[in-house]
Amino acid sequence: MTGADVPLWAAIPAAILLVLAGVFALTGSVGLLRMRDFYSRVHAPTLATTLGAVCTLVASGLVFSALTTRLVLHEVVIALLLLLTSPVTAMMLMRAARYRARRRETPTDVRDPS
Amino acid sequence: MNTVLYWAAWFALVCFVLGMGCAALRMLRGPTAQDRVLALDALYINGMLAMLAFGIRSGTDVYFDVALLIALFGFVGSTAMAKFLLRGEVIEP
Repeated sequence: MTGADVPLWAAIPAAILLVLAGVFALTGSVGLLRMRDFYSRVHAPTLATTLGAVCTLVASGLVFSALTTRLVLHEVVIALLLLLTSPVTAMMLMRAARYRARRRETPTDVRDPS
Repeated sequence: MNTVLYWAAWFALVCFVLGMGCAALRMLRGPTAQDRVLALDALYINGMLAMLAFGIRSGTDVYFDVALLIALFGFVGSTAMAKFLLRGEVIEP
Protein backbone atom coordinates (compact mmCIF):
# COMPACT_ATOMS: atom_id res chain seq x y z
CA MET A 1 0.00 0.00 0.00
CA THR A 2 1.58 3.26 -1.11
CA GLY A 3 0.93 6.70 0.31
CA ALA A 4 1.46 5.21 3.74
CA ASP A 5 2.74 8.41 5.35
CA VAL A 6 -0.36 10.57 5.08
CA PRO A 7 -0.86 12.09 8.54
CA LEU A 8 -4.05 11.48 10.39
CA TRP A 9 -5.37 15.07 10.25
CA ALA A 10 -5.49 14.81 6.46
CA ALA A 11 -6.47 11.16 6.13
CA ILE A 12 -9.73 11.33 8.10
CA PRO A 13 -11.33 14.34 6.31
CA ALA A 14 -10.13 13.04 2.95
CA ALA A 15 -11.70 9.65 3.67
CA ILE A 16 -15.01 11.25 4.67
CA LEU A 17 -14.98 13.45 1.56
CA LEU A 18 -14.20 10.46 -0.68
CA VAL A 19 -17.08 8.42 0.74
CA LEU A 20 -19.43 11.41 0.30
CA ALA A 21 -18.25 11.88 -3.28
CA GLY A 22 -18.84 8.22 -4.08
CA VAL A 23 -22.37 8.35 -2.66
CA PHE A 24 -23.18 11.56 -4.58
CA ALA A 25 -21.81 10.28 -7.88
CA LEU A 26 -23.63 6.96 -7.55
CA THR A 27 -26.90 8.74 -6.68
CA GLY A 28 -26.59 10.95 -9.73
CA SER A 29 -25.89 8.06 -12.08
CA VAL A 30 -28.71 5.92 -10.70
CA GLY A 31 -31.00 8.93 -11.18
CA LEU A 32 -29.83 9.15 -14.77
CA LEU A 33 -30.82 5.54 -15.22
CA ARG A 34 -34.12 5.61 -13.34
CA MET A 35 -35.80 8.93 -14.25
CA ARG A 36 -38.64 8.89 -16.69
CA ASP A 37 -38.08 11.48 -19.41
CA PHE A 38 -35.22 13.57 -20.70
CA TYR A 39 -36.11 16.83 -18.97
CA SER A 40 -35.93 15.20 -15.56
CA ARG A 41 -32.90 13.16 -16.54
CA VAL A 42 -30.88 16.32 -17.17
CA HIS A 43 -30.97 17.13 -13.46
CA ALA A 44 -29.46 13.90 -12.18
CA PRO A 45 -25.82 13.97 -13.39
CA THR A 46 -25.31 17.54 -12.16
CA LEU A 47 -25.08 16.01 -8.67
CA ALA A 48 -21.97 14.12 -9.80
CA THR A 49 -20.45 17.08 -11.60
CA THR A 50 -20.84 19.53 -8.73
CA LEU A 51 -20.87 17.83 -5.33
CA GLY A 52 -19.04 14.64 -6.29
CA ALA A 53 -16.31 16.44 -8.19
CA VAL A 54 -15.79 19.12 -5.53
CA CYS A 55 -15.60 16.52 -2.74
CA THR A 56 -13.08 14.42 -4.67
CA LEU A 57 -10.98 17.45 -5.62
CA VAL A 58 -10.84 18.77 -2.05
CA ALA A 59 -9.85 15.29 -0.81
CA SER A 60 -7.14 15.07 -3.46
CA GLY A 61 -5.80 18.50 -2.54
CA LEU A 62 -5.71 17.56 1.15
CA VAL A 63 -3.86 14.31 0.51
CA PHE A 64 -1.27 15.79 -1.83
CA SER A 65 -0.74 18.83 0.40
CA ALA A 66 -0.07 16.49 3.31
CA LEU A 67 2.19 14.21 1.22
CA THR A 68 4.41 16.96 -0.15
CA THR A 69 4.15 19.20 2.97
CA ARG A 70 3.30 22.25 0.90
CA LEU A 71 0.08 23.71 -0.42
CA VAL A 72 -1.01 21.94 -3.61
CA LEU A 73 -3.63 23.91 -5.49
CA HIS A 74 -3.67 22.44 -8.99
CA GLU A 75 -7.04 20.79 -8.32
CA VAL A 76 -8.54 24.27 -8.60
CA VAL A 77 -7.91 24.06 -12.36
CA ILE A 78 -10.21 21.06 -12.75
CA ALA A 79 -12.81 22.63 -10.45
CA LEU A 80 -12.84 25.85 -12.49
CA LEU A 81 -13.00 23.89 -15.75
CA LEU A 82 -15.98 21.86 -14.54
CA LEU A 83 -17.74 24.95 -13.18
CA LEU A 84 -17.36 26.68 -16.52
CA THR A 85 -18.12 23.79 -18.85
CA SER A 86 -20.87 21.66 -17.34
CA PRO A 87 -23.62 24.36 -17.51
CA VAL A 88 -22.67 25.04 -21.14
CA THR A 89 -23.13 21.38 -22.08
CA ALA A 90 -26.40 21.09 -20.14
CA MET A 91 -27.83 24.23 -21.72
CA MET A 92 -26.92 23.16 -25.24
CA LEU A 93 -28.42 19.71 -24.66
CA MET A 94 -31.63 21.24 -23.34
CA ARG A 95 -31.89 23.53 -26.35
CA ALA A 96 -31.25 20.60 -28.68
CA ALA A 97 -33.96 18.55 -26.94
CA ARG A 98 -36.50 21.37 -27.19
CA TYR A 99 -35.64 21.98 -30.82
CA ARG A 100 -35.96 18.32 -31.73
CA ALA A 101 -39.27 17.93 -29.82
CA ARG A 102 -40.71 20.96 -31.63
CA ARG A 103 -39.62 19.64 -34.99
CA ARG A 104 -41.29 16.32 -34.30
CA GLU A 105 -44.56 18.01 -33.34
CA THR A 106 -44.87 20.17 -36.46
CA PRO A 107 -46.81 18.52 -39.29
CA THR A 108 -44.92 17.58 -42.40
CA ASP A 109 -46.40 20.20 -44.71
CA VAL A 110 -45.20 23.05 -42.47
CA ARG A 111 -41.70 21.66 -42.37
CA ASP A 112 -39.19 22.79 -44.95
CA PRO A 113 -39.49 20.82 -48.18
CA SER A 114 -36.69 18.30 -48.11
CA MET B 1 -3.95 4.50 10.11
CA ASN B 2 -3.95 4.98 6.39
CA THR B 3 -6.13 1.94 5.93
CA VAL B 4 -9.01 4.40 6.39
CA LEU B 5 -7.92 6.42 3.38
CA TYR B 6 -7.18 3.29 1.37
CA TRP B 7 -10.62 1.80 1.91
CA ALA B 8 -12.38 5.14 1.40
CA ALA B 9 -10.65 5.48 -1.97
CA TRP B 10 -11.62 1.90 -2.77
CA PHE B 11 -15.27 2.60 -1.89
CA ALA B 12 -15.26 5.77 -4.01
CA LEU B 13 -13.75 3.82 -6.92
CA VAL B 14 -16.46 1.17 -6.70
CA CYS B 15 -19.15 3.88 -6.62
CA PHE B 16 -17.67 5.66 -9.63
CA VAL B 17 -17.41 2.44 -11.61
CA LEU B 18 -21.03 1.55 -10.78
CA GLY B 19 -22.01 5.04 -11.90
CA MET B 20 -20.13 4.51 -15.15
CA GLY B 21 -22.07 1.27 -15.59
CA CYS B 22 -25.39 3.07 -15.06
CA ALA B 23 -24.42 5.76 -17.57
CA ALA B 24 -23.31 3.15 -20.12
CA LEU B 25 -26.62 1.32 -19.71
CA ARG B 26 -28.50 4.57 -20.30
CA MET B 27 -26.32 5.25 -23.33
CA LEU B 28 -27.15 1.84 -24.79
CA ARG B 29 -30.83 2.07 -23.96
CA GLY B 30 -31.60 5.81 -24.30
CA PRO B 31 -34.64 6.41 -26.46
CA THR B 32 -33.42 9.65 -28.06
CA ALA B 33 -30.05 10.93 -29.20
CA GLN B 34 -29.85 13.64 -26.54
CA ASP B 35 -30.23 10.97 -23.85
CA ARG B 36 -27.17 9.23 -25.24
CA VAL B 37 -25.14 12.43 -25.29
CA LEU B 38 -26.16 13.19 -21.69
CA ALA B 39 -25.17 9.67 -20.67
CA LEU B 40 -21.79 10.12 -22.37
CA ASP B 41 -21.34 13.33 -20.39
CA ALA B 42 -22.05 11.54 -17.11
CA LEU B 43 -19.76 8.70 -18.21
CA TYR B 44 -16.70 10.87 -18.72
CA ILE B 45 -17.32 12.80 -15.50
CA ASN B 46 -17.41 9.53 -13.57
CA GLY B 47 -14.28 8.32 -15.35
CA MET B 48 -12.48 11.53 -14.42
CA LEU B 49 -13.48 11.12 -10.76
CA ALA B 50 -12.25 7.52 -10.88
CA MET B 51 -8.88 8.77 -12.18
CA LEU B 52 -8.67 11.21 -9.24
CA ALA B 53 -9.51 8.41 -6.79
CA PHE B 54 -6.78 6.28 -8.41
CA GLY B 55 -4.36 9.15 -7.87
CA ILE B 56 -5.28 9.44 -4.20
CA ARG B 57 -4.88 5.71 -3.74
CA SER B 58 -1.49 5.47 -5.40
CA GLY B 59 -0.08 8.78 -4.13
CA THR B 60 1.31 9.98 -7.46
CA ASP B 61 0.10 13.06 -9.30
CA VAL B 62 0.40 11.54 -12.78
CA TYR B 63 -3.30 10.67 -12.71
CA PHE B 64 -4.15 14.34 -12.19
CA ASP B 65 -3.01 15.23 -15.71
CA VAL B 66 -5.08 12.37 -17.11
CA ALA B 67 -8.13 13.68 -15.25
CA LEU B 68 -7.52 17.21 -16.57
CA LEU B 69 -7.28 15.94 -20.15
CA ILE B 70 -10.42 13.82 -19.76
CA ALA B 71 -12.35 16.85 -18.46
CA LEU B 72 -11.11 19.05 -21.31
CA PHE B 73 -11.71 16.67 -24.20
CA GLY B 74 -14.95 15.35 -22.76
CA PHE B 75 -16.34 18.88 -22.72
CA VAL B 76 -15.25 19.44 -26.31
CA GLY B 77 -16.80 16.15 -27.44
CA SER B 78 -20.17 16.50 -25.73
CA THR B 79 -20.51 20.15 -26.75
CA ALA B 80 -19.75 19.24 -30.36
CA MET B 81 -22.41 16.52 -30.27
CA ALA B 82 -24.97 18.84 -28.66
CA LYS B 83 -24.23 21.44 -31.32
CA PHE B 84 -24.68 18.80 -33.98
CA LEU B 85 -28.06 17.82 -32.55
CA LEU B 86 -29.08 21.47 -32.43
CA ARG B 87 -27.98 22.68 -35.84
CA GLY B 88 -27.12 19.61 -37.90
CA GLU B 89 -23.59 20.95 -38.27
CA VAL B 90 -20.66 21.28 -35.88
CA ILE B 91 -18.59 24.04 -37.48
CA GLU B 92 -20.68 26.56 -39.32
CA PRO B 93 -19.17 28.42 -42.25
